Amino acid sequence: MPDGATPFVLDVKDLKTVFRTRGGEVHAVNDVSFTLKPGELLGVVGESGSGKSVTMMSLIRLLPMPPAEIRGGRVMFEGQDLAKVPEETMRAIRGARIGMVFQDPMTSLNPVFTVGYQLMEPLRKHMGMDKAAATTRAVELLELVGIPDARRRLGDYPHQFSGGMRQRVMIAIALACDPKVLIADEPTTALDVTIQAQILELIKDLRQKLGMAIVWITHDLGVIAGIADRVMVMYGGQVVEQAPVRELFANPQHPYTRMLLETVPHIKGARAEKLRVIQGQPPILAKAPESCPFMARCPQAFERCARQNPARYDVGNGHDAACFWDFKTGAPRDV
Amino acid sequence: MLTYTIRRLILAIPTLLFISFIIFLIVKLSPSDPTAGLPLTIPPEVREQIRESLGVNDPVLVQYFKWLKLMVWDEPLHLVEDWTGWQIAPDGPRIISYQTRSPVMDLIVQRMPQTLWVVGTSYIVGILIALPLGIISAYRQYSVFDQVGTFISMVGFSVPTFFTGVLFIVIFAVHLGWFPSVYDTTHEVTDWDSFVVQVKQIIMPVMVLGLYNASQISRYMRASMLDNLNQDYVRTARAKGLGERVVVLVHVLRNSMIPVITVIALNIPAVFGGAIITEQVFKVNGIGQLLIIAIQGGDVPVVQTVSVIFAVLIVLFNLIADVLYGVLDPRIRYD
Repeated sequence: MPDGATPFVLDVKDLKTVFRTRGGEVHAVNDVSFTLKPGELLGVVGESGSGKSVTMMSLIRLLPMPPAEIRGGRVMFEGQDLAKVPEETMRAIRGARIGMVFQDPMTSLNPVFTVGYQLMEPLRKHMGMDKAAATTRAVELLELVGIPDARRRLGDYPHQFSGGMRQRVMIAIALACDPKVLIADEPTTALDVTIQAQILELIKDLRQKLGMAIVWITHDLGVIAGIADRVMVMYGGQVVEQAPVRELFANPQHPYTRMLLETVPHIKGARAEKLRVIQGQPPILAKAPESCPFMARCPQAFERCARQNPARYDVGNGHDAACFWDFKTGAPRDV
Repeated sequence: MLTYTIRRLILAIPTLLFISFIIFLIVKLSPSDPTAGLPLTIPPEVREQIRESLGVNDPVLVQYFKWLKLMVWDEPLHLVEDWTGWQIAPDGPRIISYQTRSPVMDLIVQRMPQTLWVVGTSYIVGILIALPLGIISAYRQYSVFDQVGTFISMVGFSVPTFFTGVLFIVIFAVHLGWFPSVYDTTHEVTDWDSFVVQVKQIIMPVMVLGLYNASQISRYMRASMLDNLNQDYVRTARAKGLGERVVVLVHVLRNSMIPVITVIALNIPAVFGGAIITEQVFKVNGIGQLLIIAIQGGDVPVVQTVSVIFAVLIVLFNLIADVLYGVLDPRIRYD
């Protein structure tokens, strides 16, 4: 099968990333595998420190190395293994074939350059446009992300934009070269709720117009429910559950996902109900886990969880979960 | 920006008046006698007549305003006349040095070129060393280069120039005999050989002062680069696929230069002031040496004039630094 015939735009297999610090190693990404189909929106959820951002940053090699180090695995994108290509090739992919939007639009733009300059940089670098062509395209892009009076605003500096508008600019930069994949790392977390909704609408809209695949990192399950096709839940640097979005919300198969869904506060229901929390802290892994990383916080944990780190078991409907407990039968899995 | 600059210039007037008054008073009230340097054989009544003719027995305020008028009006006109040949200078008295009996302004005009040459060159050399040093040190933080660079700059910053100056003389002039220990200001460059002599004699004072300036500025440069290298906008620049050279030398450097340029501008008056001690060590007859001799000889007019010129330069370059800050950082608007 030729390279172009793969059904996935992004095919990540057993990705392993380690940070080497003075206090020893931290295993931040442990054998993460996932795929992304063209035009698909994959939601990645998990609490802080679960490895969701680090996974995405390491597959495009945007982590500072050292201390970070990719220990293994492959990242297939357009017939190339991104874990192995030279830095030169990687630079030609970043910002051109894979775009990125980050969490905090207030600090993600360079304060001393105009928005136009920052927007035209990838156009001139990757698409070889001259100034006039880049300006025309930049105006188009700003209009695309809904910034009024686009031509005039090219000469403005980031501080002259509001937070929501800056995030729109960031999205325009990420989409400048028509990427195949957009990685959005908590793009709405730093924004207030109404602006969040606007940005979500914008992304949905752009996805329909441009047809790129999106990886959406967040810890907001509400956002995921509204926007994603498929969801991947991460914990302790590994994928613990993966399913189409409806299936996951209707039928969670990992105790962590179940507890995560219970923590979402409801408007309806008993008024006196307290906010639910998952007790304890996520683990900091000094070595690759040999037991289930969620064991310490898990109500379902039993003897086997301490001996072995569960693999991802297929539970049907394109759904898999990394747990020895089978919630369908209410008994340990027979594997 | 223009209104701000004009407002600051107007505000500088009372500041300078106040400074000039303080300088005048301090020097006036110091227990030094302008006739003390004269031979002891002069009888007391003649001595008193000399004092009378110098005007030192008038009330202090009268002396101040007479001096101020000369300082801000007559002397600048004489300076302009010297340069342009226009007959605009008033005929009245001038600020006369007690020791040499010649106008103080003439002395300063004679001394300024040597100071600007030696100290100015050392400042430029210092900046040229400091900027790359600071940039590389910060980019490769904790590398061998950074460790060595930081150590040398700490030494250069801590060891006074009168020590390094003498040390350089002992090593390079006395033991190795590479360079002359005295800077000959009467030397004129007419051909290649005399140019070589000029380069040889200027190397040591320039290196002594340059080392000191470079140590200071490189520390600012390094700190400022480190502040910026971890900013989110740097990650954005990398995510756009820009090369490291562009990321560091365009995105980070432009931001890092803002405080460094301010520091460089603020230190320029010190160049005009001449490095008082270094000029002594290498026998450069510049402004610094003029000031030392004047202080030792109780030459009040020279001390006052030189001090006031320093004050004007300091106020002026403070203003320039502030305006530059606004020019370099688009977030700062003074209007």
